[in-house]
Amino acid sequence: MAGFRTPLGRARGLGSAKHGVGVWIAERVTSVALVPLVLWAVYSGLMLSLADYAHTVAWLASPLNAVLVVLLIAVGFWHMHAGMRVVVEDYIHKMLSKSVLLLLNLFVCTIGAALAIFSILKVALIGGAA
Amino acid sequence: MSDTSPGAAARPLSPHLQVWRWHITMFCSIAHRATGIALYVGALILAAWAISLAAGPDAYAVFKATLGSPLGKLMLFGLTVSVFYHLAAGVRHLVWDAGKGFNPRLADMTGAAAIAFGIVAAVVVWVIAALMGAL
Repeated sequence: MAGFRTPLGRARGLGSAKHGVGVWIAERVTSVALVPLVLWAVYSGLMLSLADYAHTVAWLASPLNAVLVVLLIAVGFWHMHAGMRVVVEDYIHKMLSKSVLLLLNLFVCTIGAALAIFSILKVALIGGAA
Repeated sequence: MSDTSPGAAARPLSPHLQVWRWHITMFCSIAHRATGIALYVGALILAAWAISLAAGPDAYAVFKATLGSPLGKLMLFGLTVSVFYHLAAGVRHLVWDAGKGFNPRLADMTGAAAIAFGIVAAVVVWVIAALMGAL
């Protein structure tokens, strides 16, 4: 029966799982967004390397700086989650190790981004701690 | 039969890193992954910056002193090279995703350019930092 199927018909029936391409596209889209964000981050890092605590807090009081840092963290952690996911899927083939590492990647990226974004918002909105 | 199986098992099964002659596109591919993993750690350091800033001046002073130590500066320089290399190599990947730039000679040239950009841009940033008195 299978012998009568055309290669295209077989590919349609047994092809991709019809999802997953979104992850691939998201990795590309985030990479494009990260080009200007990272260049801005290097410039800002240079400027802030001379600043003391109070000046850094004042720098984050600017909505533009605070929003760009939040975007840098959100987009950057999204991109690095996608990248590390590909690395794990490429090299780790045992089901249990792969699942544990993929979950660890997801949890580390989520908690890292959440803590960092909350911290930025706290400093931006109510200023630094005494 | 039993004499041949140990010999058969000892033969190389498939090409692996140690049997390939290193070439530039291969190095670029490996370096893209390696710098990506380094930047994963770099992003966690960025998160630590934000958390220490929210925690207060004492925590922020500890963070700055750690990054300002010789080992911290060495790590930051490595991360600067990683950022610029990963950026250039990433743009190279985007061009490939558009279906262009696969000619071997062109791929070698863009690979060399990405490596050069990573190193030169990082050195320029650190020279600027030194001139600013940030080191």
